[in-house]
Amino acid sequence: MANKKRKIVPIGPYHPLQEEPEFFKLVVEGENVVDLEIEIGYNHRGIEKLSESKHWDQVTFLVERICGICSTSHPFAYVLAVEDLLGIEPSERGSYIRMIVAELERIHSHLLWLGLAGHFIGYNTVWMWAWKAREPVLDLFELISGNRNSYAMMKIGGARRDIKEEDYSTIRKTIKDVYKDLRLFQKAVEDDPIIHKRTKGIGVLSKEDVISFGAEGPTARASGVDIDVRRDDPYACYDKVDWSVITCEEGDVYAKVVVRILEMFESCRIIEQSLDKMPRGEIAVEVRDIPPGEGIGRVEAPRGECFHYVRSDGTNRPVRHKVRAPSFMNVATNLVSVPGYTISDAAITLAAVDPCYCCTERSVTFDRKGNKLFNGEDLIKLSQRKTEILREQLRKQYGK
Amino acid sequence: MGLKEKIITKSLWVYHVSAGSCNNCDIEILDCLTPRFDIERFGMQLVGSVRHADVLLVTGAMNKKSLKRFKRVYEQAPKPCFVVAVGTCPCSQHMFRPSYSMEAPLDEIIPVDVYIPGCPPKPEAIIAGIVKLIEKVTKK
Amino acid sequence: MIKDEVKKKLEGKFKDWFVKNPRRIYFTIDKSNLRSVAEVLYKDFKMRLSTVSGVDNGDNFELIYHFGSDKTGELFNVRVFVYERHNPEVDSLVPMFRATEWVEREIHEMLGIKFIGHPDLKHLLLDHDWPEGNYPLRKTCILEKKPYPQDKEDENG
Repeated sequence: MANKKRKIVPIGPYHPLQEEPEFFKLVVEGENVVDLEIEIGYNHRGIEKLSESKHWDQVTFLVERICGICSTSHPFAYVLAVEDLLGIEPSERGSYIRMIVAELERIHSHLLWLGLAGHFIGYNTVWMWAWKAREPVLDLFELISGNRNSYAMMKIGGARRDIKEEDYSTIRKTIKDVYKDLRLFQKAVEDDPIIHKRTKGIGVLSKEDVISFGAEGPTARASGVDIDVRRDDPYACYDKVDWSVITCEEGDVYAKVVVRILEMFESCRIIEQSLDKMPRGEIAVEVRDIPPGEGIGRVEAPRGECFHYVRSDGTNRPVRHKVRAPSFMNVATNLVSVPGYTISDAAITLAAVDPCYCCTERSVTFDRKGNKLFNGEDLIKLSQRKTEILREQLRKQYGK
Repeated sequence: MGLKEKIITKSLWVYHVSAGSCNNCDIEILDCLTPRFDIERFGMQLVGSVRHADVLLVTGAMNKKSLKRFKRVYEQAPKPCFVVAVGTCPCSQHMFRPSYSMEAPLDEIIPVDVYIPGCPPKPEAIIAGIVKLIEKVTKK
Repeated sequence: MIKDEVKKKLEGKFKDWFVKNPRRIYFTIDKSNLRSVAEVLYKDFKMRLSTVSGVDNGDNFELIYHFGSDKTGELFNVRVFVYERHNPEVDSLVPMFRATEWVEREIHEMLGIKFIGHPDLKHLLLDHDWPEGNYPLRKTCILEKKPYPQDKEDENG
């Protein structure tokens, strides 16, 4: 068709449900997205430079606030990097405590994402139920550490706080309730034809693109790339408990949903086994000075591989601290998975990589001439409208 | 504070702006909408456009890149608009103050009505802060 | 474990091969060998680039490319030294795989190292009107001490 006008659709930087400011520029031709530009940096706080002016222990609290959702993955990777530098093993009880906290965080993060994804497709009930199911997990965090987010449980050498034995039964009971909620979500996703129509075949990311962009985490595993830092480069006590890595082959949004839901089941299994196997003893090994050297720590955060590199020259501050959050590699995959689909699918595809906004930004849609067409809120409304249309079609088809 | 402000407090429409936050406070604000805390039963609503906002909830330590866009958002908000700084970051920029990309605490940029410190403040604290705002407005 | 195989394949191109522990291997290569070494690690051994760390050592710049073998869990850390402080340049790896696009943009704006062959070295995290020549992660950039609001109140009494 000649004369198809090219329009640009912005999403962001300030949209209520995309909590963090990002800037995606979608170029649209009619109904189809043809190009995407990503601009980030609205959350840039200069943490790598700040680390060089803080004491080794203070850096643990600084990196916790890189991202609020995966707030234990960054300190975990940092303390692993320092322990790699020192060449020591943390205490066994401390490692189990770290593993329990990390897996609880995976459950809370995936439930959070499930709620947001539900809202983007127009299932506000899913949003409310997923976040309601999340509350008992946050209560567990408050029981263990004193805070619902930013739990400050990591310390060089082990864990900062102990999990008391009288709390084990509360943790077990909550995990059993989480199992029930997860089964509900699993059935809902398997049975609902509208969710299938909205997510199957949408935003497909091929295996070659995953390898070329260096994506990891559920984004990669949903496209058939079998990588997981917990199994490949074991840390904490992941090699002492029985669990499996979940992969799917299709690479579309549906595969990403399935991978995340099944991963939560595995997390529940890991937590139950840890409570059985955790030995008594010291929660942390004593560490005095940090000699010159360098170390690397890697952790499987809910979104992918969290990578920290530290270098020391013997003083009480790091000389260099490099942080690479998982979304840094994953968000760039949107450059290939969003173009080629319609604009009403853009919202769910952009959200499917689970961008940790602290690393990424929002989106905006413009006209080629420069006129702003839609903003982020409109894109979500477009996506929700598509679900309504589909529902009407199915109702007419099946006469319900 | 005039009659307009007093009427607004009956049903506050809230708009959330993130000026470079780590997302912790943003999640706790959204948690206020979920069934356990449910601020919608008080008539409060999270709106999608700043032009409908009565209250701006600001999170995040202001960094240089966010500042221009944030100022534009603030100018678009219909006045009278109350500003609530949620979290320690907008109150005093927290531990990020010495950084090269940081601008200034929120009250050096726009006038702030209520401060809710915490990292992150619990949803109960956020609701208590909004109640303090309502008391402040209706008593004057 | 594949470190011995990698060592044999890269014969003649590296120095200072250091095995810190079974899963962390460090070695240094010359700047001119970067593309050929990266090709061996990425194409022949199917490794994944986690990231690139740039360090300002005072009299030189050091770039460490972290290649990871996901099947065995080993991390091969390739050191490249850049001795020209006034106009540091390194070959870009973007033509080989797209993961390095954003990584190299970030190093360029933070340390001022130019990547030859990168399609678009514009700012990633910093603002567009950030002053040119001001590279935050260089040791010459020092963070100033800003007073907190409560300190200012104490001054005024």
